[in-house]
Amino acid sequence: MLAILDYRAGNLTSVKRALDFLQIPCEITSDPEKLHQAEGIIFPGVGAAGSAMENLQKNNMDQVLKKLIQKDKPLLGICLGCQIILEYSPENNTQTLGIIPGQCARFNPDWTDAGGLPINIPHMGWNKVHLEKECLLFKDVDKDAEFYFVHSYYPVPEPEFVIGNTIYGQKFCSLHGREGLWAVQFHPEKSGRPGLKILQNFYNFCQEKNNA
Amino acid sequence: MLSKRVIPCLDVRNGKLTKGIKFKGNVDIGDPVETARIYYEQGADEIVFYDITASHEGRGIMLKVVEKVASQIFIPFSVGGGISSVDDMRAVLLAGAEKISVNSAAVKNPEIISEGADAFGSQCIVVGMDVLRVEKSKKIPSGYEIVIHGGRKPMGIDALWWAKEVERLGAGEICINSIDADGTKDGYELNLTRLIAENVRIPVIASGGAGNPQHMVDAVTKGRASAALIASIVHYGEYTIPEIKKYMHEQGVKVRMIW
Repeated sequence: MLAILDYRAGNLTSVKRALDFLQIPCEITSDPEKLHQAEGIIFPGVGAAGSAMENLQKNNMDQVLKKLIQKDKPLLGICLGCQIILEYSPENNTQTLGIIPGQCARFNPDWTDAGGLPINIPHMGWNKVHLEKECLLFKDVDKDAEFYFVHSYYPVPEPEFVIGNTIYGQKFCSLHGREGLWAVQFHPEKSGRPGLKILQNFYNFCQEKNNA
Repeated sequence: MLSKRVIPCLDVRNGKLTKGIKFKGNVDIGDPVETARIYYEQGADEIVFYDITASHEGRGIMLKVVEKVASQIFIPFSVGGGISSVDDMRAVLLAGAEKISVNSAAVKNPEIISEGADAFGSQCIVVGMDVLRVEKSKKIPSGYEIVIHGGRKPMGIDALWWAKEVERLGAGEICINSIDADGTKDGYELNLTRLIAENVRIPVIASGGAGNPQHMVDAVTKGRASAALIASIVHYGEYTIPEIKKYMHEQGVKVRMIW
């Protein structure tokens, strides 16, 4: 079973719908017991870093999450989840979870696209992820596949944690972490078949780890 | 670099497509959920539902359609038509839509844009505008006027001014529908599209007038749109979405080719 961490950060049902479609057992929960029992955790999130951290701290979820990571529980952070897993976000000047070293930055409106026009913020739409190193999440995913992004801030982890990059005006990190602890800036649940494949790969990893 | 988006638009009334869709092979489908699923599998980058139901019961039916779509297709989709309050927006977003689109309601009550953006984020709020070409005047300096009720009622509002205003109010995207071009199949209104795209910092979707894939290339190059809306050219089987995307790709437009 996968647990989708409920911390009142936006609509979590889109991730659940995608997992239901894939027939992956899952539950939206904030119950520490269930989180510990789950084979893996999905840590989604839309909205602002400040209110997300407040909600996490209010329910002691920040501590629960850190404990789960210490015990090597597989985790997939999505969008805001991919950002607040780092140490700091300039959005609402927020100290974030610090599970992976690094911080976030806001897109610079002076960056220009290939046509020389200034980029729009948020970065919204379909874009590619260029892998810097191999990643189990991308097993059997076409290298030209594109993913759906909606965000104004992006992660800047310590270089050793960068797994994949995306180009929007300039290169930014869109996939970071390490094996079993992944964070993606895009929305796999809204990225068609390649996105679903990533969710399936995550679940397969969790199952294998659990059975090992 | 972002891909240009190809977005089929489906008109729905009382939970059914208003016109039967004939894909190549002449299969007639009246079910919006099934049609959306086929377009999703064919590589649509996003789908727009325009609900023309007027009755209260009809709204409930549409929400059921939205829920079904959300459980079968895994790309963003938006719902427009009849949304006039933050509660209407919330219901549609909770049912699983990624975005909601407002048109006449925003002209009559511009605050709905900022209220929606505050409640759900700008990225959820698409403002649709129906635009008619008119003589340039003091009141309408761009020569493009906002109309509502399907083009029947001119509002005395300059389209360029309105586009900047909705951006200021927090719209995340603008969909420009040219009443002059709509239904002509002669191509999008490129001057209008470009004028607005160059004067706002949010994505612009071109709508109205698509007759062939070259028109879509023009919309995203000469018109500087981020996306092109299509309806009849795919609904009646003249072109398929893969054919359109392949053509755009061959013309050097960056489009999503793996789905």
